[in-house]
Amino acid sequence: MAEGTMTRADLTEAVYQEVGLSRNDSAHLVETVLSEIVEALTRGEPVKVSSFGSFTVRQKGQRIGRNPKTGQEVPILPRKVLVFRASHVLKGKINRALSKAPARTPEAGEPGSSASSTP
Amino acid sequence: MTKSELILRLSELNPHLYQRDIERIVSTIFDEITNALARGDRVELRGFGAFSVKQRSARVGRNPRTGASVDVSEKFIPFFKTGKELRERLNDQQAHEPETT
Repeated sequence: MAEGTMTRADLTEAVYQEVGLSRNDSAHLVETVLSEIVEALTRGEPVKVSSFGSFTVRQKGQRIGRNPKTGQEVPILPRKVLVFRASHVLKGKINRALSKAPARTPEAGEPGSSASSTP
Repeated sequence: MTKSELILRLSELNPHLYQRDIERIVSTIFDEITNALARGDRVELRGFGAFSVKQRSARVGRNPRTGASVDVSEKFIPFFKTGKELRERLNDQQAHEPETT
């Protein structure tokens, strides 16, 4: 993978490796998954993916913004924004993988320490 | 829409595929994104958005009730930034389709 950034091409490759489809069909399936999510969201429908996270559309009201360069006040119109909330499972996986704190390694498996797990 | 509804929808669109393959495809996609983030990598899907991991450094927090100080260790949080095209699409729709399910 190119320097720490995953793209559609990498997802396509993973799907291709996993299922016996052609690269073309794999690419098409990746695209369809994304476009179905987009369509649900544009209908205003939340998309919930268990153990990954949820995408919800939030309506923002009008407010007064300011051009930071000129200091001029400009109205920011009401608009819809997409909010992603990561699931606890996803947060847990990321933290377990990236945390340097050696005390928390899962292999240590101290039976008594289960009371104080992550919030 | 939930993951299982997404799978059903994809099965309708791809009647030539087994549902269990569709399930594997959907799981593979989200697992790959998860694994990339767990390596500290970014995931950039043009037109959709980008996932990245932000680091929150260790700090001394306070229990708001008792005022006692607590050590909060360093943590990593997944972050999603909506892509330009999706952001625009969310707002085009506004005028024509207020609420349909």
